[in-house]
Order: sequence, then C-alpha cells, then structure tokens
Amino acid sequence: MYLSNAMEKPLLEFTEKGIYCAKAKVYIDPWKPVDNAIISHGHADHSRWGHKHYITHHSNVPIIKHRLGDITVAGKEWGESFTVNNVKFSLHPAGHIIGSSQIRVEHKGNVWVFTGDYKTENDGVCVSYEPVECHTFITECTFGLPAFKWTPQREVFENINQWWYENKSEGKTSVLFGYSLGKAQRLLKHLDTDIGRIYTHGAVENMTEVLRPLVDFPKTVRITKETKKQELIGNIVIAPPSAHGSTWIRKMVPYVTAAASGWMTFRGARRRRAIDKGFVLSDHCDWQGLLDCIRSTGAEKIICTHGYTEIFSRYLREQGYDARTEETQYEGESSELNTPDGEDIKIR
Amino acid sequence: MRKFAQLIKTLDSTNKTNIKVAALTEYFNMADDHDKVWTIAILSHRRPPRPVNTTLLRQWASELANIPLWLFEESYHIVGDLAETIALVVPSTSSSTDKSLTQFLEEMIILKKKSDQDKKSYLYQNWKALDYYERFVFTKLITGGFRIGVSQKLMTRALAKSTQIDEDILAYKLMGNWDPSTISFQKLILEENESDFLSKPYPFYLAYALEGEVENLGDVSKWSVEHKWDGIRCQVILRNNEIFVWSRGEELVTDKYPEFESLIDVIPNGTVIDGEILPFPKGEIGTFNDLQKRIGRKTVSRTLLKKIPVVLKAYDLLEWKGKDIREKPFMERRRLLEQLYHKSFNTTNPDMANISDRLPLYISETMHFDTWEALTEERELSREKHSEGLMLKRKDSPYLVGRKKGDWWKWKVDPLTIDAVLTYAMRGHGRRSNLFTDYTFALWNESEDGEKELVTFAKAYSGLTDAEFRKVDNWIKKNTLERFGPVRSVTPHHVFEIAFEGIAPSKRHKSGVATRFPRILRWRQDKSIHEANTLDDLKALII
Repeated sequence: MYLSNAMEKPLLEFTEKGIYCAKAKVYIDPWKPVDNAIISHGHADHSRWGHKHYITHHSNVPIIKHRLGDITVAGKEWGESFTVNNVKFSLHPAGHIIGSSQIRVEHKGNVWVFTGDYKTENDGVCVSYEPVECHTFITECTFGLPAFKWTPQREVFENINQWWYENKSEGKTSVLFGYSLGKAQRLLKHLDTDIGRIYTHGAVENMTEVLRPLVDFPKTVRITKETKKQELIGNIVIAPPSAHGSTWIRKMVPYVTAAASGWMTFRGARRRRAIDKGFVLSDHCDWQGLLDCIRSTGAEKIICTHGYTEIFSRYLREQGYDARTEETQYEGESSELNTPDGEDIKIR
Repeated sequence: MRKFAQLIKTLDSTNKTNIKVAALTEYFNMADDHDKVWTIAILSHRRPPRPVNTTLLRQWASELANIPLWLFEESYHIVGDLAETIALVVPSTSSSTDKSLTQFLEEMIILKKKSDQDKKSYLYQNWKALDYYERFVFTKLITGGFRIGVSQKLMTRALAKSTQIDEDILAYKLMGNWDPSTISFQKLILEENESDFLSKPYPFYLAYALEGEVENLGDVSKWSVEHKWDGIRCQVILRNNEIFVWSRGEELVTDKYPEFESLIDVIPNGTVIDGEILPFPKGEIGTFNDLQKRIGRKTVSRTLLKKIPVVLKAYDLLEWKGKDIREKPFMERRRLLEQLYHKSFNTTNPDMANISDRLPLYISETMHFDTWEALTEERELSREKHSEGLMLKRKDSPYLVGRKKGDWWKWKVDPLTIDAVLTYAMRGHGRRSNLFTDYTFALWNESEDGEKELVTFAKAYSGLTDAEFRKVDNWIKKNTLERFGPVRSVTPHHVFEIAFEGIAPSKRHKSGVATRFPRILRWRQDKSIHEANTLDDLKALII
C-alpha cells in the first residue's frame, strides 16, 4: 500500500478547467482550453476544442481530428509510458468505444487511474477493458444503481435482428438510434445483413468512414437527397438520436423506431421519447460491472465523477472504501435522446 | 399470467391507440373467461386490496437483492415505480409460469390474511420464479394500478369489438359495484340483468375545453349557459328508497356525504341527478380548499359536518320515473329537473326560511344570452361567484357518454398568474426520472426584522417543453446549493411565471396561501429574481 504524505498535494486535482496534474502541468480530459491535455476518448464531453497539445491513443487520433479539425496531437500505444517531470503516464484499454483509454498516472510509486467512460463486456468493435491496479481510482458511474443489469450483447443483438426481421415482413423501414461515434458502429457491426441493407445518416456514415481503416464493418449506404423512400423499405437505418422527430426522418414513412441505450432499462424512458422499441445496450458498466472493476483495481480510494455519484460513493463507503464525489462536466450516456452526447455536438 | 403479462407489455410499449385496442381485443378473444373478468377489473381500477404493505415489500425486496434499504429507496426514487424497481433489483431468472391470472389474484386475496412470514415466502417464491416482465406485472398486481395509458374507455372499446356488444351499454354494465372474484364473464358482460342496476350510475358526459373563439359556436340562442362549479362532479341516484352518490371517479361516496340522506324523503324513486358536490360553509359556496377537508374522510365528525356542510348543485336529470331520459334534449331534461326541484321544496319547507333546515339541494341556474359579448362578460364574473368559468351546452343536446366534442364545451376563466423564483428541485418520477423536473417556487416577503426573504408557496412540475426541462435540469445540476435526499436547493436565479386556478388562505402552508393546480406557464428568462412577485401580491389575489 502506498502511504501518501499528508502535506503533499494530491497527484490529481479537480480544478475549474478539469482534472489536473500539477507536477506535470498536464490536464486530463479538460473542459476548458489548456496547454497540455491527455484525452481518454473521442466523445465531445471528454475531448474538447481549443487545447494546444493533445495526447491520446493512436486509434483515437483520426476520431478527434475528424471532430476537432487541425489540432496538434500525439498518438500513443496501449501501455506505452511517457514521463513528464517525473510523472509517468500510460494509456490502457477502457472498452467504451474505439480508442477509449483509461489514463494511468504514477509518481513515486503512487498510482492513480482515471477511467473516462468504460464497460466490461467485449463489444467486438473496440479493445476490451483491462483492469489496472492502482491506489486511487477515478471512476464514472453513469449506471451506478442496482437497477441496471445488462444482458449479454449476443442476446440483445438477437432481439434487434429479430425486430428488424419482423418490421421487414410488415413492409416497414427500421430506424435504430445510436450515437454516431461508438454506439452506431457497435450496432452496425452486429446487424444481420442477410435480412437487408444497412443505411446510414450522414453523421453516422462520416464517422464510420473514419473508422473503417481500423475495424472491419459491413457495407453501409449513405442516405442522400437522391435516396428513394421505396428502396429503404425492409432495410435498417442507423441514425443519431438527434434525428428523431426531424424532417429528415419523415422521408422513411412507413417506419418503426428503436433506441439502443442503457436508459432503456426504464419503461418510462422509451415512452417519454415516443420511440416504438427500446433495447438495453450500453457502452458503460452496469452496477455489478462497476463493483467488479473497482475490486479488481485493488484501489482503496475511489473518486466518482459522473452519474449517480452520491448514491454510488455512499454505497462504496459502506463497503469499506474511501470513496468521494467530485464535480466534473462529463455527461456519461446522455439520458436525453435529443441532447447531443458528445459526437453529435456541432464541430466548431 | 403469461398472456396477461404479454398484453401489459404490448400496451406499455406502444403510444399508438389502435395498437393498444388491437392487443386488448385479441386478448379478449382468446383469454379464459375468468381471466377476462380480472383483466377488466384491473383496467377499471378494481384490483383486490393490497395484500402486503409497501414498507414490507421494500424491505423484503432489498433483502433479496442484497442491498441496503436506503439504496433500494434511492433506486425507487429514480425508477419512479415500486413494482418496476423491485423487478429490476432482485436477481433475474428467465423462467416463466403456467399459473393463470385468476390463480394469482385468488392467491393474493388469501395472502392478505396470512402471516408476514407466509407473505414473505410467497413473494420470494414468485420473484425467484418469474422472468423480468412477469415479475414486474406480478408485483404491480400487489402494489397498485397499471398506469399504461389504457383508459377504461379504451378497454371498453376493445371489449365491444370482441363481444359485439355496444360500447355505451358495456360502459354502463361496468359501472358500479361488482366483485371480480365472484361474478362471471357471462353475468357481468353477456347477460342482460335489470336487477343489478339498482345502484348503477350512468357514464358521465364530459366536456372538452373550448377551442378557438366562442363566436365560432354559431347562433348564441342555441346555447344554454351555466357556471362551472368547482367541487366534485357526481350522480345522485334514488331507487327503491335508497340513495347512492357516485363521484366522477366512479367511487361510491354516499357515506362521505350524509347530508344527502334527507333527499330520500322528497325525491321520488327512479331519479338520477347529475350535479356537483359543493362546500357550503357559512351558508354560501366555499372554495375547493374547504371541500378538501371533507374529501379524504370516510366518516365525518359532527363538528366538521357543521363547519363545512355540502350541498348538491344539480345540473341535469338523467333518469326520471325510472326511465332513462338521456336521449331527450337538454332543455327538456332541465324542465323536468326544475319541476322536480320546486316540487321537492313544496313538500317540505315551503318558506325556506331556516337555512339549516333547508334541503342540501340547489340548482345550477341556466342563463341565455342574446349576444356572445354578454356571455363573455358573464364569464368575467366567474371568480367572484366562486366558479371556474362557464359551461356551454347546446339546448337540443342529448346526454352522451364520456368526453365528446360538439354539444358541450367548458370555457374556464384564464388562470391567475404570478412570477416566482425557483428554489428547490426534485427528480421527476417515472418517465422523467432522470431529470430534475419537480420544482418548488418562492415569492419575496419582508420578515419581521425587515429582511427580504424568499418564502415557498407552490410546487409545480408541468408546463415546460422537454427542451426547456433539459435546460433547467442541466442548470440545476450545476447550481446545487445543498442536497436533502432527492431534493436539491438551488441558487435563486431563475424566474418562472406560475399559473393557478384558485387561491385560498391556508394554515397548512408556510406562505399562508394554498393555490389550486399550480403549473409553469413560462420561463421568464427576461426577469431577474428581484423582479419576481411578493407574497403580498399573491395574497391580494384572494377574493
């Protein structure tokens, strides 16, 4: 166990610009412009515009370049360490989306890990989460409530494909909502193309094009002004949630909508959005997943950043952890369909 | 049970009425007769009494889920539905049951009398044996009604499709007192049985709010106008020397309003009056706030009876001399009602001098206007008269079933409004469980030592668009001052225009004022908190 000097500043601090390592003068996923930023993954609440230097996993480089334009960015390998002023940093797979990393920070034997967003299940698209031993674990807890329990994705995709198949036999177009970075690729990777063709909204297609060199995805067809309504029938359309209720989607009539999100656990969540069907599928940990990950890091100090932080940290304290909450500006899996969760925020 | 759970799932997972009706019709076509009776009972709020109280349910569910009770409570608060929370947190299985809906309900009726230990093992056994959705439905049967967007009307429509019996006749058959555990589907729905109809009210005819300009209703002379009284809409039934009082919620409330027993002697058998129960303190119509003191009480003390007596304000006559006269034109029914009204006084107390001896029966005066302008002026007087506005009824209209457009319209007065400051927020329930959508509002008041302070006066949770709720929610999360369980206090910063229907002095409220139906009218982003109204401004609205 690492004994910290009471007089010493903590290795990472929560400042108004973001999580800060004063010793290395480096920020982690900052929300205000800084000089040096290490970025966990490409969603907009974690990778913001306006930093001078970005460091991130190399598979995230094309993503943030696509989103943020001409930035100065250095790509790193998993586990490749780099030292700034005696502080050692390295990136480790978080399993959230392609290129998503946990960020490990070590100084004089004191190890902190920042998870960004993460999930335990191998989604077949990105590199799986790997537990990293540490003393202090900064974790998200978007779904940090015992009500959240994911079913294996194989079952979820069986249901999604079944739903598509049924819509097709009724002569309808299936419209499936998922964020254009991450969820959309996970969905299209596992769709059964024997049923029909996969069409994409422009935002989804653009992002998928960026990722094709990294992952093998099935063929997709971009929806353009020329796309005929008739050719969509029986096929599936992957669109960002913000497309729901837009004029763009009215072109698809007759269509059936579905959303794939952890929030679909709640009966009310689907109904409120006036979506026909909800599939529980998340790129975050469920309750048990969070607890298992925390245990596997061996950490004694836990800092909860976003999600049901108060509730989750209280539970952890009762389980004997030294757990607390810090306010950040991360949003987790947005519970609101029309709220852009990062990737759908417009690019400046 | 599997079929019933599947039905509930289908109903719950669509917003489309025709899909709901189709699912219900299909269920009524294939389900076992007794399961049908129970389904009708459940969807018309006639479930058996709750066999296990919710405190025990919460405790046992958290034990089975192996989580502390506080964590269960927090989860419940976020999920917003007890049965759903329980179904989510207890360990999941994928097994299913062959037991019928009727069997489950019969078990639940017996369960009520059993020991806590037996109840607990019954629940554990079923929670462990049912898949997620069946578990949810099973628990829902224990805890309460299904709020799945299926009105009794919709259910009746499906039943009509399945049985080929007229929808209005079915609505009538389903009213009143019947016990799902003893009645058969044959007897409840299929048989014609006059003797059962003794206590049965007629389905209420309800008006829609007026759309557009009142002039668009055409010829003003074709309309009869009344004030819209703010009490409890009811039917008073006199048959076979018995009186039955039904509220619009189809609740038999005869015992709550013993005042009406005196009507037995003066109103002939075979009479059904549609009217409004109104509070009548100090010999005049009171506010809804007065009536609220009576509503919750099953037995009424003599002091309360004296302090807040109630009267019936009669609107309409539905049955006369044992005959259903709903098809007759409104003016004809009114003529009979007025006859009845005058006659009943002649037989008892001709001089009507002594108010306390007076029958608790009044008539809602009808008015006739020559111009829409004159009618509009009358509406302006509503608040003074303690009415909510006007009711417009076509003179030749029959008494229809349910909410129908065309013949009757309600034209309420515009609500009162005040600008107030957002001070506390709570997460919404059910479909809004991830957003802070339940707000508390405050007004300025000068305390005794001359300090200006914000005093809470109302809670409201409707009136903003989803986009506005998201914005406010986001702001709340970043501007929380303190957390008290699910409630957060926030920096006083935002001003909202709050609308409400009525206002009355109240000792129970910190502000000293109770408002009726408060809701958010607009987000006043143009106003700073110092421009919000004061408590004195609010009190000035009390008539």
